[in-house]
Amino acid sequence: MTILNRRGASTEARDELQSTSKSARAVAYVALTIFVLLTIFPLWFMIRTALSTTRSLPSDPLSLVPVDFTLGALNRVLGLASSAEAIAEGGSGQSLNFFQYFANSAISTTGATISQVFFSAAAAYAFGVLRWPGRDAIFFVFLFAMTVPGIFLVLPNYLLARELGLLNTLAGVMLPHMLMAPFAVFFLRQVFLGTNMSIVEAAIIDGANHVRIFFQIVLPLARAQVMTVFILQYIGIWNDYLWPFYIGAGAEESKTLTVALGVFRSQTPQGSPDWAGLMAGSLIAALPMLLLMILFGRKIVSSIQNSGLKG
Amino acid sequence: MSQKAAALRQRKRRKTDVAPALVFMFPAILGLSIFVLAPGLRGIYLSFTEYNVFQDPKFIGLDNYERALQDPLVWNALWVTLQYVAINIGFQTVFALILAVLMHRFTRSVLIRGVLLVPFLISNVIVALVWYWLLDFNLGYVNALIDLISLDRMPFFGEDTAMPTIAMINVWRHLGYTALLILAGLQTIPKDVYEAAQVDGAGEIRTFFGITLPLLRPVMAFILVLTVTGSFQIFETIAATTGGGPINVTRTFSILITERAWNSYQFGYASAISILLMLILITVAIVQMRLLRGNESDLSR
Repeated sequence: MTILNRRGASTEARDELQSTSKSARAVAYVALTIFVLLTIFPLWFMIRTALSTTRSLPSDPLSLVPVDFTLGALNRVLGLASSAEAIAEGGSGQSLNFFQYFANSAISTTGATISQVFFSAAAAYAFGVLRWPGRDAIFFVFLFAMTVPGIFLVLPNYLLARELGLLNTLAGVMLPHMLMAPFAVFFLRQVFLGTNMSIVEAAIIDGANHVRIFFQIVLPLARAQVMTVFILQYIGIWNDYLWPFYIGAGAEESKTLTVALGVFRSQTPQGSPDWAGLMAGSLIAALPMLLLMILFGRKIVSSIQNSGLKG
Repeated sequence: MSQKAAALRQRKRRKTDVAPALVFMFPAILGLSIFVLAPGLRGIYLSFTEYNVFQDPKFIGLDNYERALQDPLVWNALWVTLQYVAINIGFQTVFALILAVLMHRFTRSVLIRGVLLVPFLISNVIVALVWYWLLDFNLGYVNALIDLISLDRMPFFGEDTAMPTIAMINVWRHLGYTALLILAGLQTIPKDVYEAAQVDGAGEIRTFFGITLPLLRPVMAFILVLTVTGSFQIFETIAATTGGGPINVTRTFSILITERAWNSYQFGYASAISILLMLILITVAIVQMRLLRGNESDLSR
C-alpha cells in the first residue's frame, strides 16, 4: 500500500494507464497467481484422491500426487469392480449404478435445456419482435418470476408433481424446466430487440409468416446468443440439486448424478468414508462441466461477463 | 410522403401481431402459470393451513405464522442465515473486487478468467464434498498441513467453525463468477475519467476509492442484490456436509423449511416459513437498492 501511495504521489507523468511501476506489477502478479493456485488446488486434489487407494490415503495426506495409484476408485463408482475388490480398497462394497445416474443426468439436462431454450426463444420473439398491446405488462410478469426464490416454489411444485404421479420419474425431474426459464426469456428478448427490423419487414412484404421469420431469420441471426443461453442453462440444470433430490432421489431411474453423490456420501461407512470413491464420483460428475469449459471456455467467460449487464 | 404512408400502413398492419404473439408465447405462459404463478399462490394458501399431504389441508388462519414467530428454531435460522450471509457476502465482495481490479489492470488472459470460473461450473454438492475432504479432521490435507507446522488440528465443521467454513467454501465457488460480473462493470467506465484523475495527480488508492468505486456503484448494487438473495437461500453445501448440525449452528432457513416439509410432513408450516423468508428477501433487496441508489448512474450526470 505504501508503495502504491508513494508512486501515485509522484508527479511523474504516465502516458498510459497500463504503465504501472514494476513493484506494483509484481505485487499484482503474485496476487493473481495466488488466486489461480487457490482455485486450481482443490480441483487437483479431487483428481489426486480419485486416483488413490482409500486404504493408503492416511499414509501420506500431504502427497500432491495420487497415493498408491489405482483406477480402482473410478471402476468402483462406475460399478466395474466386484464387491470384494471394492472392500479391499476401502470402498463400501455397495454396488453403484453411476452409468445409470450419468445417463439420467444427461437425458434430463439435455432434454430439458433444448426444450426450455426453444420455448423461451419463441416467447422472446413475441416480446422482442412482435408488436401487440400489453406486451410489456406480460413481460414484466416474467421479470417478476425471476425474483421468486426457488425454495418457495419447491414445496408446491413437489405437491403438484406428486398429484400428477411424477414422483421418482425422470419426467418429473425435467418438467418444470421444459417450458421456459424466466432468465432465458429475459436474455433472449434483449437479444431479439436488437434484430434488424428492416429485414423482418422485408420478409413480411415477401409474404413470409412469423414462423418462417422466426426459424429462418431471427434465430439464425442470434445463433451465438442462443448458444450462450443454452450453455448457461445447461450448466445450471446439470448442477441442480434441491429439485431432483426431492423429486427423484427415491428411484434408480430418476436419480441424477448430483443426487446420487449426496446419497453415496451418506452410504459410506461413518468415520472412515471412502474418500477415493467419493472423489472419483465427484470427478465423473464434474467432468462434463470441465469438458464444456475446455471446449467453450471463451464463450462461457464472455457470456457470463455479459449476462448481468445486458439488461 | 409515400414513405410516411407506408410506415403508417405498416403500423396498422402490425397491430394484428396479437395472434402470432399468442401462439409464440403460449408454451412459456403455460410453464409460467403451472410452475411459478399457480404454485406461488398455492404456497401462500398452504401457509394458512395445516397440511400433511395425506389429508386435505385444513384452514387455520394465521396460526402457522404465530407459531413461526415463537419458534426458537425459526429465530435460530434467522441468526445463522444472517451469519452465513455476512461472512459469505463480505469476503466474496471484497475478494471479487480485488480480483476484478487486478484482471482489469494487469491481464486480458481469457485462460485466467476461465480457470477462475471453473468452480462456479461445478455443482455445489461436489464443491462441498471436495472441501469436506480437504478439511477433514483426521485425514484432510489442510489439517495435515496444520499438523506439519505443529499447531492443533482444527475441527472445521465444529460448533464454532461450521458456518464460517461453509460460508468460505461458497466464497471459493463464487469468487471468479462475481469477479467477472464486476469486471464487466469496470469495463464500462470510460478511460478519460481515469486520465483526468491522473492529470490531477490522484494516486492509485485515491483513484480507486474516489472514482472507480463510486462509478461502479450501480453495477455493485445489481451484483449485491443478486448475490445476497442467493446467499439467503443457502442449501446444497449444508445438505451435503453438516445437514444443519452440529446442534443447530448450520440449520438455515432452507434446511429448516425442507426438514419441516419432508421430515415431519408439515407442509403448511414449512410454506409459512418460506413466505417469511421471501418477505425478508424482498425487504433486503429494497433496502439495498435504496441505500446503493442502484438505479441511478453517476456517469450520466
